[in-house]
Amino acid sequence: MELERFCSTSRVVIVAGKGGVGKTTVTATMALAASRAGRSVLVLEIEGKSGLAAAFGKPPLTYEESDLAPGIRGRTLTADQALLDYLRDHGLRRISKRLVSSGALDVVATAVPGMQDILVLGKVKQLERAGVADLLIVDAPAAGHAISFLLSARGLLDAVRVGPIRKQAQEVVELLTDPERCQVLLVTLPEETPVNELVETAFSIEDLAGVALGPVVVNAMYQADPFDPPLTPDRVLADATAAERFVGDIEAADLAAAATFRDSRAEIQIAQVRRLAERLPLPQIQLPYLFTADIGPAEIDTLTGAFERGVGALPALTAR
Amino acid sequence: MTLGPAPSFGAVIERAHIVICCGTGGVGKTTTAAVLAIEGARRGRNAVVVTIDPAKRLAQTLGLEALSDTAHEIDRDRWDPENDAAPDGRLSALMLDSKTTFDALVTRYAATPDQGERILENRFYRNVSGALGGTQEYMAMEKLHELHEDGDYDLIVVDTPPTRHALDFLDAPARLLRLLDNRIFRLLMMPTRSIVRVAGVAVQAFLRTISRVVGTEVIDDVVSFFRAFEGMEAGFRDRAAAVQRLIAGPTTAFVLVTSARREAVEEAAFFADRLQESGLSVAALAVNRVHPSFGTASPEGLRERVKTLDDAPGDAAARARLAQTYANLADFRTVAIHERHEIDQVRNRIGTAATAFVPYLARDVHDFGALRQVGTHLFAPPTGAG
Repeated sequence: MELERFCSTSRVVIVAGKGGVGKTTVTATMALAASRAGRSVLVLEIEGKSGLAAAFGKPPLTYEESDLAPGIRGRTLTADQALLDYLRDHGLRRISKRLVSSGALDVVATAVPGMQDILVLGKVKQLERAGVADLLIVDAPAAGHAISFLLSARGLLDAVRVGPIRKQAQEVVELLTDPERCQVLLVTLPEETPVNELVETAFSIEDLAGVALGPVVVNAMYQADPFDPPLTPDRVLADATAAERFVGDIEAADLAAAATFRDSRAEIQIAQVRRLAERLPLPQIQLPYLFTADIGPAEIDTLTGAFERGVGALPALTAR
Repeated sequence: MTLGPAPSFGAVIERAHIVICCGTGGVGKTTTAAVLAIEGARRGRNAVVVTIDPAKRLAQTLGLEALSDTAHEIDRDRWDPENDAAPDGRLSALMLDSKTTFDALVTRYAATPDQGERILENRFYRNVSGALGGTQEYMAMEKLHELHEDGDYDLIVVDTPPTRHALDFLDAPARLLRLLDNRIFRLLMMPTRSIVRVAGVAVQAFLRTISRVVGTEVIDDVVSFFRAFEGMEAGFRDRAAAVQRLIAGPTTAFVLVTSARREAVEEAAFFADRLQESGLSVAALAVNRVHPSFGTASPEGLRERVKTLDDAPGDAAARARLAQTYANLADFRTVAIHERHEIDQVRNRIGTAATAFVPYLARDVHDFGALRQVGTHLFAPPTGAG
């Protein structure tokens, strides 16, 4: 599938996954891939302090938009700020201060479950409608919360029968359930528990929230082929002799141990990727494990190359 | 003051009455909690582990197929198959169900059964007990208090909810009390006093504005909740204070759990700071999923070695294979050095607290055998950096 096609499948892409699987890295990677395909991108950071800006070598994002790279802008989106915007837009600026200072806001937010999520998603919808960028990429909350985040609009429709908040929820449901406008990109690691949880999350998102799923991104895969035959210290020493080099016994043991470790982890990864494919009929994009210390612009560049190849290998018909 | 830095994980489970495992999501907190409780039982303590949201297969191992809010004991044969643990040790487990715990709290403090009923049926209450952020944290601590008061456990190990802000449990009781204590809604319930009636008019106007946005039904629910809740705040407040005291007590130990991944370690450093700010100290640090160190060679030296293998003399195929082998070791040495460096950032913050390293294991940890294997790393004599 062509990258241009992929990046214009929907205007909003929500990147979701369990904590620690590399959601933010994938968000940055997708942003760079889309901008290379000529799309203007706005990245929205929901939870704050995710290190997204650091991936581009920039200071942390704020509620005001800032440039992350050519064609890529970023900002945060918090419920509190979204609420103040909402009240202002609805002519209620006067009471907003009192709402907060009296604590009544906490009470109301509790009375209406999911209201904070609705405010955030409502803001996403507003940005989408305003056409602020070709593509909006949302770095969503961690997995468990991602489901309630996406379900919040439906839940609210049950709880609130009238009023502007209900209308807001309806519009959010329309956005989320229209595959031309919104899809979810799930991220996981090639390990047993993350794979299990991803499968559950995927079914919840499709069945309960009715949101379309894009391909699954499997992050941190070892790339190299296994050593064949498997590497032992003796084999290392034999190679050293044939190569006319000196390798000490301790070094040979370390070399063999590292090789064996990589091969055994890679074997687990391949088995988990296969299991994921069996349990979840979605195409996969695999990103390499990086042995570097930090995720910065150079690493995002490497990952973007892999992402582009992954998209290129997707069957054309999986586009939604 | 909580139990200070402990010399080893063994000391933690032998000295502490309560162990609170904290850390960000996905780092193996629940597993660590289970391992600590098992080892406590093995050393002769009557131990219970409170889990929040265990992975399915771990839950099965602990006999937690269904959400069960009461602790049940696990057969000794299962956690001590070789029958070599201390004879008087016992192991129990429970999975937190915050709504049931909250319901029990309401029933306990209601003046009459009727008052309790009215609250439990209220829609606003159902949101508070089910969906409100912070409730789960508070209820985990409430459960801890209940087990402390009512059970005869010597060792209570608690997992904490996998929130982004993993120290929410420290503030959760206060936040919930603030909510239940809301002045605006309180004023509304006293229409008979004339002075308040004046304030009441302004309040009513304010509420009308809110109900324009969210609908009157919502406000009706809230008002009837506060009406039903009348008179129970004092009991709740005392209870919350008791929970807070228990958490900060001298026999409580905080175990910080992290994985070796950079983001997780950064979060752990942040928690360590937050705990210290709150006057609590970390007793021990568990670092899961650590890469082995593979010797002491410098990655740069190894990469130099790769380059020298480009040229003769020697067999070309053997040189290519050897180059690949060196490049791989260089990669893993880079990771190992970086991980140790990151972890040191946390260790610098926790004084002399013991640190244990649990390596990447071939399989995910689900059964008692694997939990035991993790235990051998947590309870191994300290060896420096793993």
